[in-house]
Amino acid sequence: MQRTFIYRNPSLLIFLCGLALFTLAVTVFSEAFGAGFISTSFVKTLGKTLCLCLVAIAMDLVWGYCGILSLGHFAFFGLGGYMIGMWLMYERTREIVAGAMAEATIPPTDAEIVAAIGNQIFGVVGASEFPVIWVFADSLAIQLALVVLVPGVLALVFGWLAFRSRVTGVYLSILTQAMTLALALYLFQNDSGLRGNNGLSGLQNIPGLDHLPQSVVSVWFLWASAVALGLGYLLATWLVSGKFGSVIRGIRDNENRVRFLGYSVEGYKLAVFTLTACMAGIAGALYYPQAGIINPAEISPIASIYLAVWVAIGGRGRIYGAVIGATFVSLVSSWFTGGQAPDIDLGFYTINWVDWWLIVLGLSFVLVTLFAPKGIGGLVDLWTQRRSPDRHGADLGPDPGALREQEALE
Amino acid sequence: MSTLLEVSGVSVTFDGFRAINNLSFQIGDAEMRAIIGPNGAGKTTFMDIVSGKTKPDEGRILWGGMNRSLLGLSEAKIARAGIGRKFQKPTVFEDQTVRENLLMSLKAERRVLAVLFHRPAPGELHQIEELAEEIGLHDHLDRKSGELSHGQKQWLEIGMLLAQEPRLLLVDEPAAGMSPEEREHTTRILVEAARTRAVLVVEHDMEFVRRLNCRVTVLHEGSVLAEGSLDHVTANQKVIDVYLGR
Repeated sequence: MQRTFIYRNPSLLIFLCGLALFTLAVTVFSEAFGAGFISTSFVKTLGKTLCLCLVAIAMDLVWGYCGILSLGHFAFFGLGGYMIGMWLMYERTREIVAGAMAEATIPPTDAEIVAAIGNQIFGVVGASEFPVIWVFADSLAIQLALVVLVPGVLALVFGWLAFRSRVTGVYLSILTQAMTLALALYLFQNDSGLRGNNGLSGLQNIPGLDHLPQSVVSVWFLWASAVALGLGYLLATWLVSGKFGSVIRGIRDNENRVRFLGYSVEGYKLAVFTLTACMAGIAGALYYPQAGIINPAEISPIASIYLAVWVAIGGRGRIYGAVIGATFVSLVSSWFTGGQAPDIDLGFYTINWVDWWLIVLGLSFVLVTLFAPKGIGGLVDLWTQRRSPDRHGADLGPDPGALREQEALE
Repeated sequence: MSTLLEVSGVSVTFDGFRAINNLSFQIGDAEMRAIIGPNGAGKTTFMDIVSGKTKPDEGRILWGGMNRSLLGLSEAKIARAGIGRKFQKPTVFEDQTVRENLLMSLKAERRVLAVLFHRPAPGELHQIEELAEEIGLHDHLDRKSGELSHGQKQWLEIGMLLAQEPRLLLVDEPAAGMSPEEREHTTRILVEAARTRAVLVVEHDMEFVRRLNCRVTVLHEGSVLAEGSLDHVTANQKVIDVYLGR
């Protein structure tokens, strides 16, 4: 009981070492710092995958540990991306505009520069004025704070309303989907202030780093993503290992019982929901500069459902399960949908994986749910011989530990 | 002996069915009380009302020396005020060890931040050992509670209840599905607990109630039919008609 934190959580050390090795290997083989076996675009894919792992950990905390099947965490992920994207786009456009206007014979005033930036950014949606929500876009510090605050506050308000009314189970899932859909539809509008369906683009160009090639920037982002993932893993492990973890797992298994123990279940759910929304926001803020573009389609309800699928396939209720699921499914997914998987010619029909991948994914989700509820992470159990209790049935004998009905049949 | 819980004139209706009808009830500080009654008499609903799960339509529920009203408080607040509840079906957290189950129940700060930064104090660990000894699960502290037998789960739940250090224990059918030896052990635990706090037991089994050797309240159709020693109520003609006579 009183052993060290690392000793009690062996997966933490294994994971952190693995992550460090992985980061080192990618760096050594990258175009910028080494042999060049790994293309810059693949470095970006790997960096993005790390961010997806981080949001999957958040999903695992909220669903796998606390039992709240939130189908809205990708909305928080997207909001984080939008918040950092606003600064990236503003600052980048300002550099270009200021550079161009400096050529003019009469030096431009600040107001003229801002107007020109607005014209550049919002011309595509037929506007030129900066909407109110862009008021802090020139400040990196504030936008970085908003990466955490905007998803956090949205989750806090939404969660407070939902949990206070004791909305649980599938009803809560539907509510989170509705929130996601509403947010996506709002952002699709041109007058939402975030460029409608065009979204924010050119995010891969980091202001002030123009002299560096993308191959270097991509590795930097990979490092940042790896650090964030490592810290997220550490935080999640710490959260679920102590008494707090005990309480949230209790809420997942029987929230009424936890209530009668004197814990305010709503408060705990709200804390977990909000915290994981902030984690998702951070993951999004690291993801979209690597992706280069964010638009409302990223926040569509299906994205949040994918997130649940990853965690289910990886194995919910264990943090490494979320990481395995996100890595495995997103990499396999990009292999299939990237046109790299060879088509299968059946003579009468050709299976084109780009079209069929979703069906394979859906089918594997159904199969995992039905036949391997522990997911891929459950394979680790075979190895460690960890067995979870499965002794449901009546006692056959009076003594404690007597055979149970099912056991006696075997 | 002062009154710990006073329920007066409480009624509750579910879809037109009056489950509890103008029920009044009192229990003292360190008292054992058994509630018996036929199915549908409102025994479990009564516990639901006291523990805050069901809101009564009318009536008063006063608690403790300060006569604080329990109406309108959430289940968690009522539990923190000192009312612990054990359900009919043993509900322990099967995925967690006996130790974790007990640690979660121990009387301590329940707020999110306090729990987040909680480290088990030596006193708490000692308390868990003692409790485990009392409920006969000392050798099973590090087993997952899902692996325990039915009777052991019942005890673990009673242990979790005692860990909360409540002033009133609501215990719903503690002996259901237990072997004779297990029943005896359960009786001992409950009688011991009633020396320092109020214990309210709902039970069907007359033999078990007799062993508890306490005052008995008979419920029928949502109100109190008779109250007194077991011999007194079993001699009551009305009780015989509605309950024992069947």
